[in-house]
Amino acid sequence: MLVTFPHMGNAYIAMKSVLEDLGVEVLVPPPCTKKTLELGTKHSPELACLPLKLNIGNYIESLEKGAEVIVMAGGCGPCRFGYYAEVQREILEDLGYDFKMIVLERPQGNARDFVKKISMITGGKSVFQVLASIKRATRLSIMMDELEKLCWQTRPRETKKGTVTRLMQRFHEEAINTRGSKQLAVLIERYKNKMEHVKTQNEKEVLRIGIVGEIYTVIEPFVNIGIAEKLGSLEVEVEKSITVSYWVVNHLIKEALHLHNKQEIKEASHPYLRSFVGGHGQESVANTVIYNKKGYDGVIHLLPFTCMPEIVARSVLPTVSRNKGIPVMTLVLDEMTGEAGYMTRLEAFVDLIRRKKELENLDGEGLLSGN
Amino acid sequence: MKVKVGIPRALLYYNYFPMWNTFFEELGASVVLSNLTNKKILDDGVNCCVDDACLPMKVFHGHIVDLKDRVDFLFIPRLISVEKNEYICPKFCGLPDMVLNSVKGLPPVIDCTINLRNGYSSLRNAVLQVGRHFTRDYGKIYRAFRSSVARLKCYEGLMEKGATPLEAMNREICTEDDYCYTVGLIGHPYNIYDNYVSMGIIDKLRNRRIKVLTQDMVCAGELDRIARDFTKPMFWSFGKKIMAASQYLIEERHARGIIYLVAFGCGLDALVGDLVERRIRKKKIPFCLLTIDEHTGEAGIDTRLEAFIDMLEWKGAAKC
Repeated sequence: MLVTFPHMGNAYIAMKSVLEDLGVEVLVPPPCTKKTLELGTKHSPELACLPLKLNIGNYIESLEKGAEVIVMAGGCGPCRFGYYAEVQREILEDLGYDFKMIVLERPQGNARDFVKKISMITGGKSVFQVLASIKRATRLSIMMDELEKLCWQTRPRETKKGTVTRLMQRFHEEAINTRGSKQLAVLIERYKNKMEHVKTQNEKEVLRIGIVGEIYTVIEPFVNIGIAEKLGSLEVEVEKSITVSYWVVNHLIKEALHLHNKQEIKEASHPYLRSFVGGHGQESVANTVIYNKKGYDGVIHLLPFTCMPEIVARSVLPTVSRNKGIPVMTLVLDEMTGEAGYMTRLEAFVDLIRRKKELENLDGEGLLSGN
Repeated sequence: MKVKVGIPRALLYYNYFPMWNTFFEELGASVVLSNLTNKKILDDGVNCCVDDACLPMKVFHGHIVDLKDRVDFLFIPRLISVEKNEYICPKFCGLPDMVLNSVKGLPPVIDCTINLRNGYSSLRNAVLQVGRHFTRDYGKIYRAFRSSVARLKCYEGLMEKGATPLEAMNREICTEDDYCYTVGLIGHPYNIYDNYVSMGIIDKLRNRRIKVLTQDMVCAGELDRIARDFTKPMFWSFGKKIMAASQYLIEERHARGIIYLVAFGCGLDALVGDLVERRIRKKKIPFCLLTIDEHTGEAGIDTRLEAFIDMLEWKGAAKC
């Protein structure tokens, strides 16, 4: 039984090693490419959001390689993600693929159902083994995100351009060949150590930009065309409001145990968006306010075209930007997004922020910069 | 002088207007409606709403612009959920915030949160919250609410007998039995019943002596029964109704074809439309998906509609 799952940023690393710990044969789908997107776009509803299309592309590529079981997350609305699995299953069935889809979602009242699904994947491992591996997965995803965070902080300050990017490329090549969570944890530690020893100019003043928005577009570098890397090379330190570990900890674990405390989010977004709107719409608004409080220089808001919760956030963000005086740029991503146009907008935004900061430092004397 | 409460003729106007109208009038307010959707309203909406919102949201913003200078209060409730364990749509959850941040110069907005996802208990607070704008007498609010619910029941009853919302609001019922066959028209109520947005699709079909049945013109209980058999419960109330209706109209009401009116940018329609289409095609029933947006030309819609009707008629003739 060969198990596969869709891509989302670095989530595959933790997912793969944990399933391997449980003795499951895993097939990591080939990394997202233009071809993946084309396959997905061809077979998905035209106005569906981008993540659904890319997932379809991932599935088809894995199924062609011999995967038999697809593991996918579910939800209960109001964001469309909750119904993804249903639509995707019908699309793939109509295409004639033979597979089984296991949808992991928060049990609605019936926990036995959830346990049954897990044991369908793991083939009768005990509940404790499964729980232990969920714990390991969480720890791994937290470690992974710490490594990425280090990356975002080091990249704008590196003395030799491209060092961090090359290091991360090598990391991903090695990560795919590890087996089990122990090997992976060692690998992550090793690369964290290497990252800390990259030569940097610490005294250099860099801009800080926070990235908010829909989770998939924020996390998956293929969709956001490597925004963290691009901004890093423009000497901007990036911070993402949503990461894989945030999602795992808050949505999969805390919410299932009813521990997820949204008070901070609610308070921060209060005058602007006073209700939960599904997905991460409210978080986008709240995190913009929080980034402003933390002294960030700007915020970039990412969303896939037609994303319902983020459209609400988008209509509110201009007011936040005006009231708080923090520059916010919204980028809508879809299968038509071109890299050149995207790059131009990023550069222009960074230039604007840099100029704004210069003016503030000069007490509004408004000199043109010499470089 | 009576307090003027403005209700925009958009979005859930077609579902709940008679109820709120009765409620406000019993509390001694006078209800002011926006004009029927027209070119100017649509243009105003497009201008002040974010550009990737769906068509009905833009229309709603247009109605707010049309109404805002003529009333003392605007009524924009935040409808999160109207049925247990279901939602309407993320944009409805944030509707008051979207409007407040997009349209300038608004009168005070009466907004209440209606969230029946975990049961009906929160409805009481919402109703009191709205009523308190007009009176301190809780008994009066309660009585007004009772009669408004009765009015809604009566309105929905008329719709289930086959009246369009406009006919049901005027308490007329279309009793014409002079039709050749039935066609199912499904889609969000605010798309199919707004004559400007849908370009009078119901009248166009009726003029061709076709009986039109929408998801609101059949018994809601029957739809719920069908919806229970879905592999995963649909958590959007409208999506659920649309999907169940497409099946019900074909199986129980012998609709010869199904027309699905979709608004560009609607997130639900993108997924539900695909699911409905796959199911109907497997049944070999003609299906027509009409996408409308702010640029849609009437001629194009007419051509597609005529072609679809011709096809239905040929198919019907071949069978006889």
